[in-house]
Formats: sequence, structure tokens, C-alpha cells
Amino acid sequence: MTSGAAQSSPIIVVDNLIKQFGRFAALRGVSAEFVAGKMYAILGDNGAGKTTLLRTMAGLNHPTRGSVSILGNRNLREICGEIGYMAHPSLLYDEMSGMENLRYFGQLYGIADEERCRAAIRAVALDPELERPVGQYSQGMRQRMSLARALLNDPKILLLDEPFSNVDLRSAREMVALLGRMRNAGKTIFVVTHQASLLDGAADEFVWMEAGRIVSRTESFERVAREMGEDARSSEDMEKRR
Amino acid sequence: MSGVTRATLIKDLRLEWRSKDAINSMLFFALLVVVVFSFSFDPIAEESRRIAGGLIWVAFLFASVVALNETWARELRNQVLDAYRVSPAPANSLFVAKALGNFIFVCVLEALMAPLFIVFYNLRALGPAYQLLIVAPLGTWALVVNGTFFAALSIRTRAREIMLPLLLFPISIPAILGMVSATTAILSGENSARFYIVLLAVYDVVFTIACLALFETVLHAE
Repeated sequence: MTSGAAQSSPIIVVDNLIKQFGRFAALRGVSAEFVAGKMYAILGDNGAGKTTLLRTMAGLNHPTRGSVSILGNRNLREICGEIGYMAHPSLLYDEMSGMENLRYFGQLYGIADEERCRAAIRAVALDPELERPVGQYSQGMRQRMSLARALLNDPKILLLDEPFSNVDLRSAREMVALLGRMRNAGKTIFVVTHQASLLDGAADEFVWMEAGRIVSRTESFERVAREMGEDARSSEDMEKRR
Repeated sequence: MSGVTRATLIKDLRLEWRSKDAINSMLFFALLVVVVFSFSFDPIAEESRRIAGGLIWVAFLFASVVALNETWARELRNQVLDAYRVSPAPANSLFVAKALGNFIFVCVLEALMAPLFIVFYNLRALGPAYQLLIVAPLGTWALVVNGTFFAALSIRTRAREIMLPLLLFPISIPAILGMVSATTAILSGENSARFYIVLLAVYDVVFTIACLALFETVLHAE
């Protein structure tokens, strides 16, 4: 499933990470190591700290205490070109077309190659010639365009926050397949999701968070499903009903 | 101008061209000020020359606040600013592009409103009128460079529309003094505007450097 290359040394090291917002501690001493070329599913209830962990790894949140080291560098500004980040909001300009958006974001990474923008849009099964502004896209199309933006700089590490929310089941499975291919090509992928069953057979590891801590890590979806109990089953049922 | 600055400036102009959010609000507001004050005072030509400097710049100051708020408001929709923050693009490129964009918007407003000011207030410069072409860009840059910075500072506050004038107006007092005094001096022809032009130029240089030095901290603050 995973590429054999460069899997032994950790690509991301999170050391006793604490993140407080005022008096609320969103992360309470998270320590973990993640190796390259794997797909990690970050799971947990609302408020477990999944998004905060992802944003801190993206360099958008500053740790209150502890540290995040990516590719051996604690200064995340220096390696931000190696990270692709997809948030829950689209991070796209509604008034511009998909291609116009990607052309602009490409220039932030020094990418002036139009064909690369087109390739990123095609990779998420959208049409680069679509001239409609992104604001008129369906929610699923917007999610996929948002993924295209995250892929544009060909990052080594992909941080994806709820990439499948409001996406129909077929499109979600296509996105999972695309992520699987990218993982096989050596990228390290983190997916925060409430739809764990979508990643059954695709994710290499399921990381379960609770109250700002990582409480378990497992390679077995069965175990996750057991731990999630009703949540996982209801999520699967929902997908079957769709 | 760096590639990122140019790309961001073009993107902002394109978004404004499509939405016309900022320019419409600015024009409407400035037009209201011109019309309301002209009917309220009904001044003779000599009085006009004395008060017009203040009126013109107050109208542009309040109108430009609309554009300054809109500049960053569009970056908050869909949290697009985060896409910039996670990229390796330099913070100052964003700041310069935003300041230049606002400068262009306010200059367009000034160009459209100037004839109306002349007609409504029966204005004719008794001093060297060409100096207005120096005062206008210097004064406009003084407004937008600080305005862009403080608008960025206040975007994460709950009442950002109120916060911006509260932060911007006190620090702009020396610039406003310079703009109003220089314009009045040129229109009335009584004094030389040279001192105020130098004051504005120094103000612009100092605050441009200060804003550039501090903007990265503001952009990456949570």
C-alpha cells in the first residue's frame, strides 16, 4: 500500500504540544511522530483538537508550549512551500473562476506555469475551462477545487481538514483514490474527517483524539470502528443510504 | 514591483471591477458630503477657499475608510487570507499590493469628485495650483498606507468597522493637518504650502517604513 522509500525517519515530530485559546486548552500535551509516505486519518469528536493540531502543523496557530518540527525544521515558515493545506472553508475567491484562483495562488509559490494549474484542476476531476466563478460552484465542486489549490505546489505533506464534507459518496471515493495515489507517490497525508469509513483500506493509520490529546493510534479500521462505536456505524449507514 | 505584489494588485483590481463594492460606497459617501455641506453653508468664493481644504480631505478620509475595510473583508470570506499565510509569499508583497490598490481606488475617487468640488464650492486656486498635484498623491498615500496597516490590524476584532477609524484617525492627525493646511494655502494663495508638502513627504516615508517593518507580525498574528 505505501511506498517503501523514506518511511523509517519521522517527517513530522510533535513534542508536548499545548495550544490554549484564552483559558481553553484545545491541545493538552500532544506528542507524536509521523513518518513519510503514509496517510493518517485524524479522528475524534467535535472539539477534540483535530483542526487545531492541523492548523498548528500548517503554521497558522502558534504553539502555547511545545513544538512542531517538520522535515527537521521548527521554523515552519521556512518549509511552508512543502506543505499543502486545505481548510474547512474553501480558501478561494468566490468572484473568480477556478483557473483564475489557481493562477493567483500559483504565483504565491512562484508557479507561473498555466499547464500546472490545469493539471491540478484535472486531477480533482474538474474542468479547467469552466469559466463560472467559484461562488456558483456546488459545495462538492468547491471542495475539489480547494483540494486542487492545496495540490498546486506539489507539496510533500498534505494537511486536509474535512475534505469530504458535503461531497457526494462517489466524488468522495474518487478523492480518496486520488489521495491514495499521491500517498503511493511518497506524499505524507493527514486527513481530518468524521467519515472514517471512507478511509477504510486507504489510510495507513487512524489517530484518535479526545479532549486535546491523542488517545490511540491504530492501523486497523475495525478497532477504530469499535472505539467509535455508534459514530462509525451511523456514518457507514449514512453512506449506504446515500 | 515583485511578481507576488503585481499578481495580488491585479487580483484586487479584478475583484473590485467585478463587485464594485468599495468604489460605489466611497463615491456615494463622498457625494453626500459634497452636496450636504454645499447646501448647509452656501459659502461665498472666498469662504470656500478657506474651508474647502478641510471639507475635501474629510470627505476623502471618511470615504477611504470604506475601501480600507473592504480590502481585508474580502480576504476574510472563505478565510482566503490563510491561503496566503501558509504560502512562502512575503508578507510585505501583500501589504504593498493592498496599499497600492487602495491608493488607486482613492485616486479614482478624487479624480471623479474634484470637478464636483470645484462646481459646488466655486473653487479657483489663487496660489500655485500645480502644487495640488503633489499634495493629493502625498496626502492620499498617507491615508492609505496607515489605513491599510490598521485595517489589517483590526480585521480579527469583532467591531472592525469601528476599530479602524479609532486607530487610524488619531495617528493621521499630522498628515491631515498637512493635507488641509497645504490645500488651503494653495487655494487661498495666502501662504506657502512648501512646509506642509515636506511634512507630508516625511510622514509618508516614516510610516511606510514603519508599516513595512511591522506588517509581517500583524499578518501572522492569530
